[in-house]
Amino acid sequence: MINKIWPSVDAALADVFDGATVLFGGFGGAGEATELMAGLLRQGASGLTGVSNSIGKGDSGLAALIRSGRLAKMICSFPLIKGGEAFQEQYRAGRIALETTPQGTLAERLRAGGAGIEAFYTPTGVGTEMAEGKELRSFNGVPCLLEQAIRGDFALVRAHKADRWGNLVYRKTGRNFNPVMAMAARVTIAEVDDIVELGALDPEVIVTPGIFVQRVVRRGGAH
Amino acid sequence: MAALTKEQIARRIARDLQDGQYVNLGFGIPTEISNHLPPDREIVIHVENGALGLGPTPAAGQEDPELVNAGEQFVTLLPGASLFHHADSFAMTRGHHVDVAVLGAMQVSERGDLANWKIRGNDLGGIGGAMDIALGAKSLYVAMLHTTPKGECKIVRTLSYPVTALGCVKRIYSDLAVIDVTAAGLLLRELAPGQSIEAVQRLTEPELRVAADLRVIDI
Repeated sequence: MINKIWPSVDAALADVFDGATVLFGGFGGAGEATELMAGLLRQGASGLTGVSNSIGKGDSGLAALIRSGRLAKMICSFPLIKGGEAFQEQYRAGRIALETTPQGTLAERLRAGGAGIEAFYTPTGVGTEMAEGKELRSFNGVPCLLEQAIRGDFALVRAHKADRWGNLVYRKTGRNFNPVMAMAARVTIAEVDDIVELGALDPEVIVTPGIFVQRVVRRGGAH
Repeated sequence: MAALTKEQIARRIARDLQDGQYVNLGFGIPTEISNHLPPDREIVIHVENGALGLGPTPAAGQEDPELVNAGEQFVTLLPGASLFHHADSFAMTRGHHVDVAVLGAMQVSERGDLANWKIRGNDLGGIGGAMDIALGAKSLYVAMLHTTPKGECKIVRTLSYPVTALGCVKRIYSDLAVIDVTAAGLLLRELAPGQSIEAVQRLTEPELRVAADLRVIDI
């Protein structure tokens, strides 16, 4: 029997290792796996490479991980945001590396990673700082940059409902990067509001099929 | 000689949005446009974080933390709205499915190059979705104040700020004028009330051609 439901956040995160690449879903406070991020802070892994749209705000979630020095590198599209002082302090002190990537390119690099595509050409970023060190090649007269896929060892995603096979549905703009991150990680851990019986999710509306999800934890459950 | 207010710029742009268009709005003045859409037209607002069919700001107490726009403001969905993930959202912009995008700008060049993500000399800048949206929209409009607070030209011959995308801007709406970017250079189409061609030219680095049917912006 397949059962991807894990009893606790801490159990689901126990094997996150030093130096792992971790994908963090979320955009603008929506669709963030806040309990898993708090769990990762307790868990203690360090030297992590984080992949996320932004660098976290205030003193919780990704910002707390960055402030406590657990990330060695961030790949993101928004390294400079209001409330993002934790990252800026670490960056200016030389304690964290940064790769800025356009948001659509970030999404596509993750999708490619999940889809078994090693690299792709995109017109985004031609003629900008993003082109530095990248192959430039034209197709049909359109100059493009070669961008490489991103894969994670772990993805911490947030969804609305799951079943024990790991099928996921999301809620409103909480979807954002979560589905492509779920595809792109070797171990995807989903934090969900609700776990429903197998068959209760309409197959026509499942957004992330369970093949992309390895572990599910329910919000508000045990650490 | 009053220049247009930001709200008046937003109103002016809203008038150019057509029934049936899919439109992406950036931060700042562009966000304001959604409050001035002509009620007799169905205009579908796209947000990069995964929705089509945004409605007005929710009433106090009706905010949903899982429903925000690209500026992290609470929004609503209209009947007919759809939700999707980030890769699909950027397929819509990069893939030339979005009819119009309206973005803010730090600088625009006479060739339509756009700079809007990083202050010159800064080590950090938030690029977000601007590069993908700028080059992928069928028509890119810029909404901005004509000069910096210090009075420096923002419409320039060559960008001195970090580039967002090259040759992408189709039309500039400022507090002083409406200017088209054409293959033959910048074309002054409309003036704010009380502004003169000469006054706008003084605050615009490249040479402006003047449209035969130059008009005053109706506010």
